[in-house]
Amino acid sequence: MVAQQVEAVTSPPPQESKRDQARRKRNAKGQTGVAYLFLSPWMIGALLLTVGPMVASLYLSFTNYNLFTAPEWVGLDNYVRLFTEDDRFLSSVSVTLRYVLLSAPLKLAAALAVAMLLNRPRKGQGFYRSAFYAPSLLGASVAIALVWRALFTDSGTVDTLLQKVGINTGGWINQPQYATIVIVILAVWQFGAPMVIFLAGLKQIPQDLYDAAAVDGASKWKTFTSVTLPMLTPVVFFNLVMEIINSFQAFTGAFVVSNGQGGPADSTLFYTLYLYQRGFSDFQMGYASAMAWLLLLVIALVTGLLFWSSGRWVFYSGEDK
Amino acid sequence: MSTATVTPPKQAATHTKAKSGRWRPAVWHVIVTAIVLLLLYPIIWLVAASFKPADEVVTSLSILPDNPTLENYTAAFDGIAGVSFWSFLGNSLFVAIGSVVGNVVSCVLAAYAFARLRFRMRGLMFAFMIGTIMLPYHVVLIPQYIIFQQMGMVDSFWPLILPKFLATEAFFVFLIIQFMRGLPRELDEAARIDGCGPIRIFFHIILPLVRPALITTAIFTFIWTWNDFFSQLIYLSTPSNYTLPLALRLFIDQTSVSAYGPMFAMSVLTLIPIGLFFLAFQRFLVQGVSTTGLKG
Repeated sequence: MVAQQVEAVTSPPPQESKRDQARRKRNAKGQTGVAYLFLSPWMIGALLLTVGPMVASLYLSFTNYNLFTAPEWVGLDNYVRLFTEDDRFLSSVSVTLRYVLLSAPLKLAAALAVAMLLNRPRKGQGFYRSAFYAPSLLGASVAIALVWRALFTDSGTVDTLLQKVGINTGGWINQPQYATIVIVILAVWQFGAPMVIFLAGLKQIPQDLYDAAAVDGASKWKTFTSVTLPMLTPVVFFNLVMEIINSFQAFTGAFVVSNGQGGPADSTLFYTLYLYQRGFSDFQMGYASAMAWLLLLVIALVTGLLFWSSGRWVFYSGEDK
Repeated sequence: MSTATVTPPKQAATHTKAKSGRWRPAVWHVIVTAIVLLLLYPIIWLVAASFKPADEVVTSLSILPDNPTLENYTAAFDGIAGVSFWSFLGNSLFVAIGSVVGNVVSCVLAAYAFARLRFRMRGLMFAFMIGTIMLPYHVVLIPQYIIFQQMGMVDSFWPLILPKFLATEAFFVFLIIQFMRGLPRELDEAARIDGCGPIRIFFHIILPLVRPALITTAIFTFIWTWNDFFSQLIYLSTPSNYTLPLALRLFIDQTSVSAYGPMFAMSVLTLIPIGLFFLAFQRFLVQGVSTTGLKG
């Protein structure tokens, strides 16, 4: 179960007895060689493709580097320029924040609502679950982003339908105030994956809690807010962390809908899209590295805040509280 | 965790009865089906559009084409930018299959060490491995690009496949570790008493038992690589090396409406492998998600 895994990741390993520890130490020496053999591909990857590049990109973020001439040390210049001289950077930050704050909660709300609807022993439940899940597999593709582009274009399906009911918005992808929404809808459309996780979480809630609520005469809404939701908080927490981390890095939808430009008027200039433009169109590798490290810091900060706040609202039924 | 974690709920007679009083099954089916149709509408629209002539594609509201045509598919198979569809398909398959092999092999090796063996700095390495799951790709992207450029591998498939052989997708290492933790340790103990070392225990005991987790790894690696756009966009630059997502991207540049039909035909062709995987493995996929929290 997901909740247990969150605990498994966050909580320290169980205490071992003294004898176990002694035996482990003896074993550790004997097994280290063979263990490193099994680990060698991972270790090479961790060193050459993760640790090394992380250090290198931190260094590059303090330089001007264009791939062809040697990096030139400029200190904090890139970071200063980002915040003081670069309007496109600031607008990419605000577009991305708006996207994260809209798409993650809406997607999880849709996931939870449909999970509640599906969570009853009915025929065809498995079929519906799979059908709801399908968009999560397809949604990351260029093909589906192209469909979104066509559905929300001027006199596309959405525009035409809205006109029929007297709302005249024009094509959404051509207008700054709507273009971000198109990508949010694309994200919310893929609520199937968190929904499946919610369903698994709902099945773990002990039936006697519901029975007790029924005996007490609790209404449906009261049962939901007092039993279901608290018992589900570990799953909500897990989904929230994953969604937020992922949505900070959203790229394909914005790239395809705006043809790599981030337009109109930078309204789909997501953070990663701007990073891509700076790094791989303008070859400002130092500048792009500074952006990458800022992204890492923000994601670490937000994840840290979520974990810190989880003590206040996430309820683990295994704990004495 | 194991794939058996999702067990059907115990029969809850009172609970069910109380609900079915208010929620007649028929009403429930109507509501759920309506949501499913709304959700699948873009996919249905896509398939329909691929059979429509150019002037109908965007503007026509009706799902069924007035004048169905196969011309879009003929054009799609001809390809774009002078490269045939089959070349794009071959490239996508090569990258996806290479990634699957790399991920399965390297991740199961690392997972076995973490789950079953004792070694120096185990705790530190495990914490690091878990941390890399949340690491944004962008923070290693540029130095990785420089490395592959120095090695003359940019505009080849190596930068896309090689990292998978080095277990860089830590998520799958974690998934397989969790699965191995569910296997009884008595099996290892018994084999050790019979004189098996860690290597033989891995090949004869663990590897056969861990197959479900490897299948889940393989399916998700395939689908994610198949859909991947960002790293393919960065590393592949010659159209003859393009994969299907990059080929589709070429269509966007052709703003004329006449390109829409072939573009959607190729989109359908691109999604077919995922559709087939979905139909064949949907139980695996859905269970993989519900037991591990995988994203689709």
